[in-house]
Amino acid sequence: MIEARIKKRFTARPDAAAFALDIEFQAAAGVSVLFGPSGAGKTLTLDSIAGFAKPDEGRILIDDALMFDGAARVNLRPQERRCSYVFQNYALFPHMTLRQNLEFAAENRPRLERHRRVNEMLERFRLTEVAGKMPHELSGGQQQRCSIARALIVGPRLLLLDEPARGLDAPLRRELYQVLAQVRGEFATPILMVTHDVEECFAVGEEMMVIHDGRLVQTGAPRDVFAAPANLEVARLLGTFTVVPVEITALDPSRNTSKARFGDHDLQGPYYPGHLKGDRVWMCVPQSALRAQPLNGRLGANQVATRLVRTTERPRGLLVEFEGDLQVEMSRADFEPHRQVTDWAVEFPTANLRVLNK
Amino acid sequence: MEIDWSPLWLSLRVASLATVLAAAAGLYVAYWLAHREFRGRDVLDAVVTLPLVLPPTVLGYYLLVLLGRESILGRIYESVFGSPLVFTWQAAVVAAFMHSAPLMIKSTRAALESVESSYAMAARNLGAPEWRIFWRVTLPLARRSILAAAALSFARSLGDFGVTIMIAGNIPGRTQTVATAIYDAVEAGNGSLARTLVIVISLVAIAILTLANRLSPRQAST
Repeated sequence: MIEARIKKRFTARPDAAAFALDIEFQAAAGVSVLFGPSGAGKTLTLDSIAGFAKPDEGRILIDDALMFDGAARVNLRPQERRCSYVFQNYALFPHMTLRQNLEFAAENRPRLERHRRVNEMLERFRLTEVAGKMPHELSGGQQQRCSIARALIVGPRLLLLDEPARGLDAPLRRELYQVLAQVRGEFATPILMVTHDVEECFAVGEEMMVIHDGRLVQTGAPRDVFAAPANLEVARLLGTFTVVPVEITALDPSRNTSKARFGDHDLQGPYYPGHLKGDRVWMCVPQSALRAQPLNGRLGANQVATRLVRTTERPRGLLVEFEGDLQVEMSRADFEPHRQVTDWAVEFPTANLRVLNK
Repeated sequence: MEIDWSPLWLSLRVASLATVLAAAAGLYVAYWLAHREFRGRDVLDAVVTLPLVLPPTVLGYYLLVLLGRESILGRIYESVFGSPLVFTWQAAVVAAFMHSAPLMIKSTRAALESVESSYAMAARNLGAPEWRIFWRVTLPLARRSILAAAALSFARSLGDFGVTIMIAGNIPGRTQTVATAIYDAVEAGNGSLARTLVIVISLVAIAILTLANRLSPRQAST
């Protein structure tokens, strides 16, 4: 269990804008993911927990052990924290064999136990056969497993991973997720991981914390965060939503409907509790829920007339952009026959229309 | 012509000892500067650099004052070893050390600082105490650069003239190094001896500089 409250300010410098990290979170056992764009403060959060960065104020507790307390002037050295950090470049000592790397980490244990633990780790992470090799002689996957094994051999309170999948190709990524699942299954160590990759949150995250501009903006299971982004920033960061400004024109709780005005069009959505008629809010729709078709005579219910701007290839289908900042996910089969059409109708399905506070 | 090679042997012995001392000082000061936060770091750094820029005679003067028979350090040395330090070959070692240590300290520091910081961070994260990180991680990774610096430092020790002549003198067979022997030979009009010593010392220096280049990581393909 991690309980962290971290505040740190950086004043503007010629090479860097001012930045303030101010977050507070709790993470239970399992895999928690800090998600956010680069520069949001994710790595700084990880560094503060590991003891590489000193917060201005705050308090960091892991399993009720105090790591840092600004008010009480407690600041444990990284050596005393037992928060194992898996570096992005693995940071395996290049002048030691893989076995020596593990032995270095287990050095403060009695000789026999050290030997046993090193062998056990090599076995568990399928490294026994390459134990005598130097890091540069190993494949990327082996280096990665070695860095995780080395981090776990100290018996850490917590495992920290800084963008472990960055720069990895797809097979290596899958291997990493399998190894993390193995760690999750075989060790009780909670994992806190930093990523800016949406799919990674789903692949490994049980709990997701969205960080934006030094602040925590939403927490929850990845599925729940994607189902209901808390605000505009989260919706934009996830990158799978179309967000448009609307004005609420009618609210009818008895029939569970609301009406919202988007440009010249009226959209009907579910009832929005807590909002008033006349509220200007953001309407957020999954790009995959929007339906687009060539404009053909009159507009149907909840349809908006717009013009084609551009298309972007996606692994599955296309992202089609229309005027008014509307992005719609379409299959190639649906779009290709109408590639030349400029005037389109985009339909907003009532059930999928959510509003976000402005 | 019979050539007295004793200045060459003395020079090599003096330079070797001075290099060992300079390497030890370099490691110690570099570790200290890297791991201790204290006021006056800049001042210490300046003091360490000073011998590089001061005229050798000024350095020699300081050492005479500091280590001479009338000084406290000089008396302590004399009571321990039974003879004064100045005007002995040991004084030549001190001179060579003063001449080469600043270079060694600076290069050692640069070599240690050029080691990718994530290795030390990783070691710290794994619970290793600072001294173990220094001996087992940082130092081995900086080994080649430090050896290259030691070779350079050796070459530089070999070349000291001013400080040596101030505190060790130029006593043939006792404190005469190659540098001072050449001076003597030229003074005495012994051109062939001077020429021979000049060529020999130049060849030694070239050999050492080549070794230093081979050792320095830029040349290696690692």
